[in-house]
Amino acid sequence: MNIALLLEMAAQGAEDRVALRWDGGSLTYAALQDRARRAATWALAQPGDKVVYLGPNHPAFPIALFGAANAAKPFVPVNYRLKDEDLRRILARTAPSVLVADDAEMARVQRIDGVTPVATSAFMAALDNAEPLEEAVEGEDDIAVLLFTSGTTGEPKAAILRHRNLSGYVISTVEFMGSEAGETSLVSVPPYHIAGVSAVLTAAYGGRAIAQLPAFDPEDWIGLARNAKVTHAMVVPTMLKRLNQVLEEQGGGLPDLRLISYGGGRMPLAVIEKAMALLPHVDFVNAYGLTETSSTIAMLGPDDHREAFSSGDSLVRRRLESVGRPLPTLELDIRDETGNPVPQGEPGEIWVRGEQVSGEYVGRRTLRDDGWFPTNDAGWMDQDGFLYVQGRLDDVIVRGGENIAPGEIEDVLRAHPAVTDAAVFGAPDEEWGEKIVAVLVPRGTPDVAGLQGWVRERLRSTKVPQEIRFADQLPYNETGKLLRRQLKAEFLAALS
Amino acid sequence: MKLTPGLRLKSAVCDTEVVIVRPPKEPVTLECGGAPMGGEAGGAVSSDHAGGTLLGKRYEHAPAGLEVLCVKPGAGSLSVGGVELTLKGAKQLPSSD
Repeated sequence: MNIALLLEMAAQGAEDRVALRWDGGSLTYAALQDRARRAATWALAQPGDKVVYLGPNHPAFPIALFGAANAAKPFVPVNYRLKDEDLRRILARTAPSVLVADDAEMARVQRIDGVTPVATSAFMAALDNAEPLEEAVEGEDDIAVLLFTSGTTGEPKAAILRHRNLSGYVISTVEFMGSEAGETSLVSVPPYHIAGVSAVLTAAYGGRAIAQLPAFDPEDWIGLARNAKVTHAMVVPTMLKRLNQVLEEQGGGLPDLRLISYGGGRMPLAVIEKAMALLPHVDFVNAYGLTETSSTIAMLGPDDHREAFSSGDSLVRRRLESVGRPLPTLELDIRDETGNPVPQGEPGEIWVRGEQVSGEYVGRRTLRDDGWFPTNDAGWMDQDGFLYVQGRLDDVIVRGGENIAPGEIEDVLRAHPAVTDAAVFGAPDEEWGEKIVAVLVPRGTPDVAGLQGWVRERLRSTKVPQEIRFADQLPYNETGKLLRRQLKAEFLAALS
Repeated sequence: MKLTPGLRLKSAVCDTEVVIVRPPKEPVTLECGGAPMGGEAGGAVSSDHAGGTLLGKRYEHAPAGLEVLCVKPGAGSLSVGGVELTLKGAKQLPSSD
């Protein structure tokens, strides 16, 4: 089912509801549908078989997304924060295409073979002169969106999300027009992130207005949340940490806010606990998903958060570090290297199967014939079905035959009073196969033996870092994923 | 007509339009208002099948394994072999996007 139909239905069922708000204007569902159908006519007249979008959140983003879908052309939102050379290489991979580029980006996207740039302002103006396309161009198995995965290493892969993946996700997890009138979602995740795409689709189908923040800034975010009476928002961990700081300094709270969902990277326990204390009336949802799964595949809901937060039972309290339970609309397994399910409680690779799972990239497919997708994420499941994600499988340290997840050690180190941030990775070791290395951002001058003792007391001796280094800061990608492999490469390069 | 996922069908006798979400295990004929869907438009809604369809609701015929989504509402109700499809309860999940 074409994702264009999601908006078509919303425009039918709630034509006068506000779909989109931004600084200086708004669009109802009927008006957004009209713009999208005009954008489809425009897109069909453009050279190339894809519509590429380069820029921050802007009304042009949902219009171009639904316009491309109506025209059955793949939509490709690209990271506008890339350096010129990386950006031009990725844009070249979208050829032949038309590129809707933020006016400020136009200068650096000229003369790329097969890529026709059009400024966002010119695109928006062109819609006034385009006739709305009468009916969407159909094609069930067509590609809806191509996303270049940010990844943590190497050349970005272009993940394929087909219409059936995205619409399958939306119609199975969101009740059509299930939102109350007046609900508003604040979208500050960028358009080139799966969460930016799924936010537009689920809000449209659920009937919730979107308030767009062009790019994240904690003061701007809080200002918009207050002014637009925002009820729902999705953030990544680094955003929540910065929001906590500003909320604490400013006071005043966020009285209209009802729900914050978070995902995109590991949430430090201290950050979520602080947010829950600062915003006791807000529901929190931890959503775990991948680009290749059209967004969320497991979630820790508001009741789970409150139960864990207030529990004296360490096994229940620990759930705040889990990503909750798999969605009831899909299947999820933990498997070993041979692809067989591991006993409950044992770590392994997370595998998932369902309509929303694409597991497909341009030129490569990792989806198995039986529909299962190995995520390359390491994790385990407790006896109550709560899923714990340990990071990328490649980051797991194998020391003396024992699989050790770096995240757990990092959490313990971050809780030390003389540590502000921590990264843990494995390095080759003659005796153990791999040894554990920690790079810490210190507060003051911590003592290495004291830090090792701190870990030994809280975990076990096999998880104590053999080497501890210090740094001024740690490398993160922009959705808050710690780049352990970059640190590891630097560490190994310094040895040789 | 083979009911494949994503296929959009129009009622012959009312405004109803549906999309196939889950195809049936064995071939079946989906009717709306008592008349096969996807056929030539004409005729009236049968009084036995005039309960109507609701926009955005999912309907299922459990024995056949068929599930459809109503993408345009109408006066006729959906059936397979004269047996009405049942409204499928929505799964209430908290917002995660």
